[in-house]
Amino acid sequence: MNQFKIPIGNAIEATIEFFVDHFSFATKAFAGIADNGISLMVSAMMFFPPWLLILVLSAIAWLLSRNRGITIFTMAGLALIWNLGLWAPTIDTLALVTIATLFSILIGVPLGILAALNNVFYRIVMPILDLMQTMPAFVYLIPAIPFFGLGPVAAIFATVIFSMPPAIRLTCLGIKQVPKELVEAADAFGSTKWQKLIKLQLPISTPTMMAGINQTIMLALSMVVIAAMIGAGGLGGEVWRAIQRLDPSKGFEAGLGIVIVAIVLDRIMQKLGGGSKKQQ
Amino acid sequence: MSEKIVVDNVYKIFGSHPEKILDLIDKGHTNEQILEETGHAVGVAGVSFTVEEGEILVVMGLSGSGKSTLVRCINRLIEPTAGKVIVDGVDVTQLTMDELLHFRQKHFGMVFQNFALFPHRTVLQNVAYGLEIQRVDPNTMRDKAMQALTQVGLKGWESNYPSQLSGGMQQRVGLARALALDADIMLMDEAFSALDPLIRRDMQDELLDLQERVQKTIVFISHDLDEAIKLGDRIVLMKDGRTVQVGTAEEILTNPANDYVARFVEEVDMTKIMTAESVMVKPSAIAYFKSDGPHAALRKMQKAGISSIFVRRDGKLIGMVTADDVAKIIKTDAKTLESILITGMQTVTRDTPAIELFPILAGINYPLAVVDDDGRLVGVIIKGSLLAGLAEGMQTGGAS
Repeated sequence: MNQFKIPIGNAIEATIEFFVDHFSFATKAFAGIADNGISLMVSAMMFFPPWLLILVLSAIAWLLSRNRGITIFTMAGLALIWNLGLWAPTIDTLALVTIATLFSILIGVPLGILAALNNVFYRIVMPILDLMQTMPAFVYLIPAIPFFGLGPVAAIFATVIFSMPPAIRLTCLGIKQVPKELVEAADAFGSTKWQKLIKLQLPISTPTMMAGINQTIMLALSMVVIAAMIGAGGLGGEVWRAIQRLDPSKGFEAGLGIVIVAIVLDRIMQKLGGGSKKQQ
Repeated sequence: MSEKIVVDNVYKIFGSHPEKILDLIDKGHTNEQILEETGHAVGVAGVSFTVEEGEILVVMGLSGSGKSTLVRCINRLIEPTAGKVIVDGVDVTQLTMDELLHFRQKHFGMVFQNFALFPHRTVLQNVAYGLEIQRVDPNTMRDKAMQALTQVGLKGWESNYPSQLSGGMQQRVGLARALALDADIMLMDEAFSALDPLIRRDMQDELLDLQERVQKTIVFISHDLDEAIKLGDRIVLMKDGRTVQVGTAEEILTNPANDYVARFVEEVDMTKIMTAESVMVKPSAIAYFKSDGPHAALRKMQKAGISSIFVRRDGKLIGMVTADDVAKIIKTDAKTLESILITGMQTVTRDTPAIELFPILAGINYPLAVVDDDGRLVGVIIKGSLLAGLAEGMQTGGAS
């Protein structure tokens, strides 16, 4: 076959190469610093004995959820992970998820607000989000490497891109769902756009935004696991190694660890989101 | 009295090229023709009137007559297509967005049909919203908000959330929110239409009381002619976005400008259209079959100064007891009202015409219960309330 092929791939490759040629010195330097930051965070968490950290995390679960079941599950689940000898990779995973989620929220929530308030931006950003969410997650790993090198920073980059859409989408949705009469009332009293946002739209859309952040965390966790392929380490790394050695016992143990982390994060975040709903 | 608000030839047309439609309206095309030919919807078409300082002006019309659009043109929640709105000599339509926000803060309090309270804020925070926007210092803000809450009789509820309040109380909060601003104009968009008839009447009375004290300039939107007559110093009658007649209730009733107004006014006529609902009052006390024994029932009657009391079970009216009977069984140690419960007494529904109530009331010596389709007690009619309600109806309707 010698047909003309539209050079989409070539164009993207050329673009990426251009950026790599001109910016990779900066992104590589950033990766170096970020790498240190992540190591610092991980070693800080590893500094404490596991049992102490388990207690602290359970206490946080209690404070955030006020739910006995979730607290007990957190304590028992983390203890099981420790017992299986997966403590260090779990901490790696938690650190990666935390950092990636923070970036996703910091970028995603403002973009969501902008999309809700500006129709032009909304029309531009929504198809991009559709694209970001349907593109297979693995694809993001490829360009991450030339910019950030193998390792956790590239993993975080890919994770942020993959996990940001729900934060944008649900922030936008939450604000658009604020009843028109309430917005009109705020207008009638002479509120500026900023006052309307801070005093009305954000507080009312909080439950929806929290649902978006919950999804972001779950996506970040799944992506961090996949990113083991480019050297992210953590529980995903254990699974990846088990695949290469065809070792089902290791694989399932690490998989169980991921499930426990996912359930703990999900339940706590859901409680957090539901908590502010009661006044409505 | 001086002119507070001048609405001068205001138009609002919804669509892609509203300016092009103005001509068509002036040439006498109807709204239907314009919608069919151009796809533009006419909201308000060349309305002019003035509002005097300290008066209640009711803008009245059926739904779709453009009255809600018109009131939003006054504070530019909806941008008028053409025309001027002058408040205190300032042309509101010429203000920049910043000036407009400031102008709204200083001059317009607004009350909405569906209350539009902020669900995430307490009652006090809701009332203080307008002041918060103006960055009033927290102490003054609190004082003014509390003062407004006291004015509407909601002192003690300030730390509740709106969802914990009944509809009538929620609208009081809405009213207090507008009052707290010290704005000189109140725009009230069907403020009482979402309330139960009994509560609506209470709120109307309270608004009139309040107006005696605060003397605001009020533009009140309503679809209810009775409400318009009761509240309005003057009434603007609208149809299809145009004014049909402007005048006092008296003028409109005695001298309707055209057939449309006349047909409207005919309906305000006395006993034919007065129903049980419009003359009933709230029962002053009710006994609950499950929880109230003879002692409690007697005490309730004594407190309310009545000689018989309706008894309710599971929300439904099941009968009544008289004070005499209760006094008898108190001596016998009875625990419930069962033995003396009078059942099967006559009841009427909300839409029973008032004219049919006279013979019923003449035959009984206790109040007449008004029940809904599910057998719930919604009000009672006593001879006095029926006569008073009718007298009110005669006064307004009798003039035509």
